[in-house]
Amino acid sequence: MKITRTEVEHVSRLARLALSAEELDSLTGEMDAILGYVEQLATLDTEGIVPTAHAVPMENAFRPDEVKVGFTAEQALSNAPDAAESAFRVGRIIE
Amino acid sequence: MTVYDLTLAELRAKLDKRELSAVEVTKTYLDRIAATNPALNTFITICNETALAEAQAADQAIAEGKAQALTGLPIAAKDIFNTAGLRTTCASRILDNYVSPYDATAIARIKEQKAVIIGKLNMDEFAMGSSNENSAFGPVRNPWNQDLVPGGSSGGSAASVAARQAVAALGTDTGGSIRQPASHCSVVGLKPTYGRVSRYGVIAYASSLDQVGPVTRDVRDCALMLQAIAGYDPADSTSVNTPVADYQSNLTGNLKGLKIGLPKEYFIEGLDDDVRKAVEQAAEKYRELGAEIIEVSLPHTSYAVACYYLIATAEASSNLARYDGVRYGLRAENAENLVDMYMQTRAAGFGSEVKRRIMLGTYALSSGYYDAYYLKAQKVRTLIRQDFLNAFETVDALLTPVAPTPAFALGEKVNDPLQMYLSDIYTIPVNLAGTCAMSLPCGFSTDERPIGLQLIGKPFDEATLLRTAHAYEQATEWHKRKTEF
Repeated sequence: MKITRTEVEHVSRLARLALSAEELDSLTGEMDAILGYVEQLATLDTEGIVPTAHAVPMENAFRPDEVKVGFTAEQALSNAPDAAESAFRVGRIIE
Repeated sequence: MTVYDLTLAELRAKLDKRELSAVEVTKTYLDRIAATNPALNTFITICNETALAEAQAADQAIAEGKAQALTGLPIAAKDIFNTAGLRTTCASRILDNYVSPYDATAIARIKEQKAVIIGKLNMDEFAMGSSNENSAFGPVRNPWNQDLVPGGSSGGSAASVAARQAVAALGTDTGGSIRQPASHCSVVGLKPTYGRVSRYGVIAYASSLDQVGPVTRDVRDCALMLQAIAGYDPADSTSVNTPVADYQSNLTGNLKGLKIGLPKEYFIEGLDDDVRKAVEQAAEKYRELGAEIIEVSLPHTSYAVACYYLIATAEASSNLARYDGVRYGLRAENAENLVDMYMQTRAAGFGSEVKRRIMLGTYALSSGYYDAYYLKAQKVRTLIRQDFLNAFETVDALLTPVAPTPAFALGEKVNDPLQMYLSDIYTIPVNLAGTCAMSLPCGFSTDERPIGLQLIGKPFDEATLLRTAHAYEQATEWHKRKTEF
């Protein structure tokens, strides 16, 4: 086994993703199969190979620090599940 | 010949000669969509009102002599593009009610030309899938045979163009998501070089792999669409500030001196016989047209799928962290606390493939596994990219199948994620390498399923890629076959 049900449960907490008991069961099997498949990468010697994060080699892109017109508060809040006084509203986080 | 059978270039000529108006063309397409969408499920949103208003504005521009290549032409966009004032769902329940406050750059550019946005297209949720079965709005059906998948993730883009519900469409390609559905639906699809087209306003899946591209009836239309959307955008710092060629004027039909490589690792066991035959015949056609065909090697090909499913899922797990129920989209009710709200929102909003990829990616990035999985995959990516750069020292383009088989049946692979992933084996390496590639029709299987040819070009040399594709298209009739739909 590449991954256990307990590990899958741990990863679901890291991913902030609630999973049902059935989902945990099926994901354990599926992730195990996929991790078994990707194991083949370990057979390649990559000693001294520089990792590729981006296909097109590029340096940091800078731009002038200028003030530009952005969204109004109304636009920014237009899709909010809950909003009040120009802010996104969530449940109480400090007891 | 009805209006919706005309290509983009043909319609342009008729609009410019005032033989048709943009309003007439748009109405024809809206009627066609209304009649065919219930069976195909290609559209998530149909822009009945806004499209007619845009068509009127286009007719005004044409009357004033201000027409550009796309003015007045009905174009549909995958529902992954932000489109100001329109619902943008990414085929996910988590964005069910999301209305874009702004336009993606690719949308803004076709709007600048006064193209008509006719609707937003179905897709695999968050562009994750190869069959368009992972949509919260139900699967798209292949217009050539409704029992088949159209391919994915831009299944709606390819199916809508094949069914002549739009003159052209925009899609995105992270591991084959434009090319594979284009192949399965017998239309032309182009994934430009990473950095060629701005990703600004495109809902992110895997940011180092995602690229925007057109789906069209033929290669000339593809050149016109790419011309409209290509080029540097200050709003996307990964778009590259390099000159954009005049793609249409490059379609000369001349292949003299062109060297085309056949990567031997792409013609192996698991490749369907009909696909192999069609692609080999295409290579033979290129030889007749004056190109030199050379066998080349891309030795790390077999590692590409494994490499991709670590890198793409890792990036996805990070990108999709933004769907937390706070600023937009779904929010779960009755959560016990903030973390519980996040967890319940995401559980209710994401479909099973999206959950699977978030989980895989989170695992690959988690403490203790990062080096073995994510970092290792990034190193293998270097080797895969180097394979292509080496091959391009001797050839100008590569010729391969797009997919190992023609379109498969709906439901055939839904319960086996790994088999589904392996259907992208010939398209994924191109995204890892970051170069450009396209799919164009090259035949049909014995049971009448479309087959596509993949041409892979040098980085930022879309002009040669399109010229190579166009010469083949001119010498064959495959692109003229239409669905009976």
